[in-house]
Amino acid sequence: MNRHRTLHWIAVHSLGLALGAMFLLPLVFVLLTAFMSDEQALTAELWPRDWRWENFAEVFVRAPMLSYLGNSLLYSGLATAFMLVSSVPVAYALSKLRWRGRNAAFLLVIAAMMLPPQVTAVPLYILWARFELTGSLWPLIIPHLFGDAFSIFLLRQFFLTIPRSYVDAAKVDGCGELGAMLRVVVPMARPGIAAAAMFCFLYTWNDFFGPLLYTGENESSWPLSVGLASFRGMHHVEWNLTMAATVLVMLPVVVLFLVAQRAFVRGITFTGVKG
Amino acid sequence: MAPPGRSPFGRRLRVLAFMAPWIVGFTAFFAYPLLATGYFSFTSYDLLGEPAWVGLRNYAYLFAGDPVVRIAAANTVWLVVVLTVLRVVFALGVASVIARLRRGVGLVRTLCYLPALAPPVAATLAFVFLFNPGTGPVNGFLRVLGVDGPLWFNDPAWAKPALTLLTLWGCGELMIILLAALLDVPAELHEAAALDGAGAWRRFRHITIPSIAPVLLFGVVNSVIFSLQYFTQAVVAGAVASGQAEVVGSSKVLGFPDNSTLTFPAWLYQQGFHYYNMGYASAMAVLLFAFSLGFTIWLIRRMRIGVEEAA
Repeated sequence: MNRHRTLHWIAVHSLGLALGAMFLLPLVFVLLTAFMSDEQALTAELWPRDWRWENFAEVFVRAPMLSYLGNSLLYSGLATAFMLVSSVPVAYALSKLRWRGRNAAFLLVIAAMMLPPQVTAVPLYILWARFELTGSLWPLIIPHLFGDAFSIFLLRQFFLTIPRSYVDAAKVDGCGELGAMLRVVVPMARPGIAAAAMFCFLYTWNDFFGPLLYTGENESSWPLSVGLASFRGMHHVEWNLTMAATVLVMLPVVVLFLVAQRAFVRGITFTGVKG
Repeated sequence: MAPPGRSPFGRRLRVLAFMAPWIVGFTAFFAYPLLATGYFSFTSYDLLGEPAWVGLRNYAYLFAGDPVVRIAAANTVWLVVVLTVLRVVFALGVASVIARLRRGVGLVRTLCYLPALAPPVAATLAFVFLFNPGTGPVNGFLRVLGVDGPLWFNDPAWAKPALTLLTLWGCGELMIILLAALLDVPAELHEAAALDGAGAWRRFRHITIPSIAPVLLFGVVNSVIFSLQYFTQAVVAGAVASGQAEVVGSSKVLGFPDNSTLTFPAWLYQQGFHYYNMGYASAMAVLLFAFSLGFTIWLIRRMRIGVEEAA
């Protein structure tokens, strides 16, 4: 029995390690290729012959990476800030205020969350064209001032875990609803708010369809996603530089995750389990 | 007399104030564009002139005229079926292994989740490189095993399977949700069943699966919605694998090779924003919406999300 257990332990842990390695390996290949010369990237060799750190500098020469980066930061930063300002009160109303029609409103939030962005693309494009904002990222940023469905959903799930008695106590102490939200619910839901902010940042950082739609013809407004997709050599795809650019685009996201891993995992868990 | 905040009218007003951003946003960016899409789908509109009413002509072309939309729809249905099934099964498999680990749970979970974070464009570029037929490491590895690897993103028969592998690599988010659900299954249930002589498979089938059914259902619907809007990876993979120095999303490289990666949303994008057939693109959007709505209603019926408040 004991020996059987030990064998089982070894089997499960080897499998786990193998899975982990399988997921990691592509990233390792990408990183190694980013350090190779152009010629070596086209060979079967896996280890860089000489570590060409200059590849990363070369990426900035080949494409206006700083401009892409600036646009990405503008899009993700403003969208996240706007989302928080608008979605926290909505999530509060959907979780801590009692009113008729609340469940119906929540179902509409879910419906909006499920809607593929392509369904509404045509009229929204025409709308923003009328405001002469196509060609910029503003058509993607401004809507975040009016609540983001997924963020509202996530924030509401977090707010529901805060017992009502805390809110009631705050009101007995003379807080209004706004005070109860800002002084009780928001501080208590800080991990949830952090998770929602990170998901919003990540979603906009990774977004490709939206920026392609609105800025496809105006390179000066491209964020990293569109810039990276268009990153090419002159005559053939220079894989070493393309992979270096890929690493540069992945890096901020990976760092953000490693810094705030716990909030991430908790946020993801909340989207599915507590639904 | 009640203080102003406590009267029914005051309470209504307060709810309205908190909900105001969403009411505006929902109207402007959800309700209005949905109705407008429906209207535009009955018109011919090129963005320059005024929309001209054409009745059902866009729908007639959509269902009986356009030879390309059938390919695009078939590709999307392929992705919806294959991606949904494999993504859920694979994520559940990985989560089951991690749930059984005694040591290194955090490490393995992080490693398996990491690719899910990679921006889709970056992940796609990485995969086109890794699966590059002549020089990529994947075929290099297969060669060592004595297998002649396929052309992957350059072969119409293998492009979608290659995209599938890319999606499985990024299944980390679903995996974490399923892992949390698996860890929530009471251990006593398993112990009791084991004492009754139930084997591992029967315990999985009759205890684990029913316990995590709602989460599993969430995963299925989530994957269906994800596959219905599949755009970025297909468009980028086609453009990069074609090797042409074209702007991404342009007509020459869309769906490369041989329209095998042309998805329904990609064709909608092409029709609307390259050919400026806004009316026809709207008809396609209505069809996409009908599909998504069907699944959303199904989800709400089955899961009753949040209708009962968690106390």
